[in-house]
Amino acid sequence: MSQVIHFHPDADFKARSLAAVQDPGQRKNFRGAMDFLQDKRRVQFPDQLELEGLRDIGSAIRRNSLARLPELLVQLETRMTANGIQVHWAATADEANAIAIEIARRVNARTIAKGKSMVSEEIEFNHAMKAAGIEAFETDMGEYIVELAGEKPSHIIMPAIHKTKQAIAALFAEKIPGVAYTEDVDELIKIGRQALRRKFADADIGLSGANFLVAETGTICLVENEGNGRLCTTVPRVHIAVTGIEKVLEKLEHVLPLYSLLTRSATGQSITTYFNLISRPRQPGEKDGPEEVHLILLDNGRSQAYADEQLRATLQCIRCGACMNHCPVYARIGGHAYGTTYPGPIGAIVSPHMMGLDATYPLAFASTLCGACVEVCPVKIPITDILVRLRNEAQARPETASLRGSGAGRSKLASAFWAGWTLVYSRLKVYRLTSWLLSRGHALSPIEQGAWTYSRTALKPAPKRLRDLLKDRKP
Amino acid sequence: MNARELILGRLRASAVTEIPALPVMKDWYGAHQRDEDAVQRIQRLRSVLEAVHTEVHDTTESDWPSLLLRLASAKGLRNLLIGDNTTHGDTLQAVAQESLDLIRYDKSIEDWRDVLFDNIDASLTCARSAIAETGSLILWPDAAEPRLMSLVPPVHFVLLDTRKIYADFYQAITAEGWKDAMPTNALLISGPSKTADIQQTLAYGAHGPRELVVLFCHESVKGESL
Ligand code: SF4
Repeated sequence: MSQVIHFHPDADFKARSLAAVQDPGQRKNFRGAMDFLQDKRRVQFPDQLELEGLRDIGSAIRRNSLARLPELLVQLETRMTANGIQVHWAATADEANAIAIEIARRVNARTIAKGKSMVSEEIEFNHAMKAAGIEAFETDMGEYIVELAGEKPSHIIMPAIHKTKQAIAALFAEKIPGVAYTEDVDELIKIGRQALRRKFADADIGLSGANFLVAETGTICLVENEGNGRLCTTVPRVHIAVTGIEKVLEKLEHVLPLYSLLTRSATGQSITTYFNLISRPRQPGEKDGPEEVHLILLDNGRSQAYADEQLRATLQCIRCGACMNHCPVYARIGGHAYGTTYPGPIGAIVSPHMMGLDATYPLAFASTLCGACVEVCPVKIPITDILVRLRNEAQARPETASLRGSGAGRSKLASAFWAGWTLVYSRLKVYRLTSWLLSRGHALSPIEQGAWTYSRTALKPAPKRLRDLLKDRKP
Repeated sequence: MNARELILGRLRASAVTEIPALPVMKDWYGAHQRDEDAVQRIQRLRSVLEAVHTEVHDTTESDWPSLLLRLASAKGLRNLLIGDNTTHGDTLQAVAQESLDLIRYDKSIEDWRDVLFDNIDASLTCARSAIAETGSLILWPDAAEPRLMSLVPPVHFVLLDTRKIYADFYQAITAEGWKDAMPTNALLISGPSKTADIQQTLAYGAHGPRELVVLFCHESVKGESL
């Protein structure tokens, strides 16, 4: 989504979210989907004590792994190299794509079958491959639907969550040759399966993400239901996994509680159909599996989040999507309005590191700070604290700026207002005088008060201050 | 500076004031054990598997080939993919009937990919073990039973020795010493392939098998009475 990087964030985000809330069809889809996912999650955690225990464990494992990140990445690399997996490092999205293109050129690849990978969306993989003359195609049903429609995913777990089956039926009938309109979901899935089956068999490279990386064994872990991820990582001669540097865990046993938290929080499943652990390319004598396995470790702004101990918690994320499923803002505006690869609360806190705070700061303000996301986050990321921090960063003075794009949301009016506020609240005499003036002049307070009065009545100081009322009180 | 040094350099330059303690996995999983015997555990596995659309049949070490042939004919299967040089594959071959063509996975995928994708109705593999908690079959595909056997054919039969059922995933990886012996590919399979990507409606048979049929091989002959 290269156009997103250049948008004027405030105006575009407002325009997109306004359009979204005024679309009753889409609102209904999201509301229905969110209710469904919330219920499914709730059923998976009947025991509050067990849930809290597991969240403590999940959080501790993630925080420990991050604290030792450089050491674990080196261990992972050593182990994988010994296993025959080739490890590559990419500081930027362009570097990651360039590595994939180089591999593709070397093996003369024409097509790349893609399993679901949000990191590949983040780096605009398909676009980069197309520019290099290589066809990359989506194979996850949701991603396939979204790609066919020329859209982007609106949710990190369920990419086509914004579409009704009627819309999908019409899309298939229009875009897939020889397909008649049907709203039967089994039939639609069969059509998708059939359309992709041949392409799997012929693909030269399979691309996947990674849900977890295990340092002690040099293993890539993949979580899925459909089997397309397994096909992408088994049929083509070459498998490339691309993922963020934060995904590494020290031990295999650390994967277990996180895997359980992930599937239960994400889709309310006790487990997914497939859990696929890949530790080596095809060995002599083995009859299938890729001859080459590559892992691309992507930074793309993650090290900026890492550098700050408060913002580092952002990297604990296991991409379950529960925060968006429970977010009152996401439920109303949907995923596309955010204009980022990762929408919802996690999108608001992670995107500034990837795209710059200047391009993304309005997202930090698109929150009621109700804390629903913090309550459900399986690895206990203090999302609301981070949102407040990013709001402050957006207003920061250039000399105190610590993030790319810090201070981009700084306005003269707001700064002057807060300077005045500080003055009033730090001096008793000024405070008394100001409150006296405001209460006496309460009738003069403006009816239009910026964003506050878009949907609320204007604020008006009381005619008498609390201290006046107390003074007047008869014993 | 190359990307590796750049990234590691940035990470190493970041302050780490505290390394949070790691939880002891053994304690957590130990405290969450159920009090159940082998029979209850088998039942639990069965009910979790059935809840996700998996067919489960009880049988014994001597009876399973005939059961499999009956099931295959009831499902109208023309052929069945078996491993190369496996005891169970050979056992089946010995009793095979003309109506069911047994095909061996005896060459590299590159040499017969089209046939596998287009013409194979079903496959049979053995499970290494299983997990009752989540209803998962554990497979470590190898040269004899390659990875695609459990993925490409629309119907997948799995033989499971019911003595090899663990309570949870943690027990499985510790008892089998996974961390020191990870194979090329290790798999947990918990039901037939599925998707809910169209309006949250669950549909089976996405890209992998539409049907998963598990044959519980019991040690005793009491099979059906369990
Ligand atoms: S921030 Fe937490 S709730 Fe949101 S996707 Fe990440 S792990 Fe899940």
